[in-house]
Amino acid sequence: MTKVTSIVVGAGLAGLSAAYSLARDSIDVLVVERGDYPGAKNITGGRMYFLPIRSLFPELWDEAPWERHIVREVLTGVSKCSSLSIEFSNQKYNNKPYHSFTILGSRFNKWFAQKVAEKGARVINKYKVDDLILDNGKVKGIVVGGAQIEADVVIAADGTMSQIAEKAGLRGKREPQDFALGVKEVIALSPQTIEGRFRLKADEGIAQLFVGSLTKGMLGAGFLYTNRDCISLGLVLGIKDLTDCHLNVMPYELLEEFKLRPEIVPLINGGESVEYSAHVLSESGIKGMPKLFGDGILVAGDAAGMAMNMGLTVRGMEFAIASGALAAEAVRMAKKQNDFSAGALSKYQDLLKESFVWKDLNTFRHAPDVLANPRLFGEYPQLACTMMEKLMTVGEEPKKKLSTTISKELRSRLALSLLRDSFRFWRM
Amino acid sequence: MVEVNIKDKLALDTFKPAKESHLKLNQELCRGCKVRCCLFVCPARVYTMDEQSEIHIEFEACLECGTCLIACPHNAIQWNYPQGGFGVQFRYG
Repeated sequence: MTKVTSIVVGAGLAGLSAAYSLARDSIDVLVVERGDYPGAKNITGGRMYFLPIRSLFPELWDEAPWERHIVREVLTGVSKCSSLSIEFSNQKYNNKPYHSFTILGSRFNKWFAQKVAEKGARVINKYKVDDLILDNGKVKGIVVGGAQIEADVVIAADGTMSQIAEKAGLRGKREPQDFALGVKEVIALSPQTIEGRFRLKADEGIAQLFVGSLTKGMLGAGFLYTNRDCISLGLVLGIKDLTDCHLNVMPYELLEEFKLRPEIVPLINGGESVEYSAHVLSESGIKGMPKLFGDGILVAGDAAGMAMNMGLTVRGMEFAIASGALAAEAVRMAKKQNDFSAGALSKYQDLLKESFVWKDLNTFRHAPDVLANPRLFGEYPQLACTMMEKLMTVGEEPKKKLSTTISKELRSRLALSLLRDSFRFWRM
Repeated sequence: MVEVNIKDKLALDTFKPAKESHLKLNQELCRGCKVRCCLFVCPARVYTMDEQSEIHIEFEACLECGTCLIACPHNAIQWNYPQGGFGVQFRYG
């Protein structure tokens, strides 16, 4: 039987980050990826916040296949026939080191895996890890393609639907309220067209979030990210609402309706749809995390539930990269003592707790409850749009004072909820 | 509501279907199910119902997202990833 020091399951951001760190420390590592190539099974929204992970692999980032650095953030509330946007531009976002980048998972991970291989790790594609070798609950290796490969430690980096963490007994059943479905279309446009339509210079990009009638009252949002030569346009829908509301509408029909909105049509006009994808996302933050370590096993990235909607920022990719690197660090320490027991590997959790990953997830631990509020996706965007319409429109009738219009709208039943919800959002 | 042919959307992607389905149903549980949310939560319309109210799986179109497994209230879906080197292969991601 073959034996290696460490096996990483999944060549996504977390797995590749772990493998890169291990290989850099000359620790024997085998990466097993089930897709035809690294990235073949990855889907991103996607934007990566760069500053938290910048210092991890400084030698890599200059040549990474970033799509565009984000210089403008747009939040848009939509009602059936109107929308209200808040646009935030920041010249500082144009200074290096850039604050955040859009990436495309398949392109990025293909490149990242090359770097990992150059460091001396072995990456094998087209193999799914079918099982773990377990001995009294201790993980001793993997079963892949009918063969057994022994390892001192296995790092489960096999994504949100991680089967490895389940097989190791580290995570239980997934509940609908803790997850959302993301559906996305990639629409190809020339870089010049993108820059013209979005008022961007070369390499600059925007990120836009949409809330309101586009999800028909279901918990969720729309997103638009500009990549180098294409746009990522999609919807995120809470699985509980998707199941319970039973609106007799398929997720891809909602996406199509989104694409047909007057805010979107001129942006994608003439573009060619080149990919349609979907994946579930963890929405529960720290509460939904599985156990992160066991005898001979660690869990990193999405497999460990390290993704979260924090209201105005959607996080995940930087958590994946950082947790992969910290898992590798724990393995390095375990190897020094030649002790890969759960006790030794628990160092991983200690390292996480000192890092931004745990701190951010912990700070925003109440966010899922605050954001699971139907008013945020229905009444409030509607209220904002109605109020703007009344303030902006000059009709046949004499116009009322601004204060009369605003107080009339706010005196509705909604005012108290708005006050209460604003307070909860404030404290989130 | 706009009419969308899901086949047109899926035609944008590269699929390498395996011989055997990676998704299996416990039809007995499905027969007793009143919700049948698999029919409307799946973004690839993998699940359809015939005239005898039996649920069918078109596993070749699966985007491997995981929604059906999480949504199914009866744990009637035996969910797995396709065997290595098969299933959908994203070029952009």
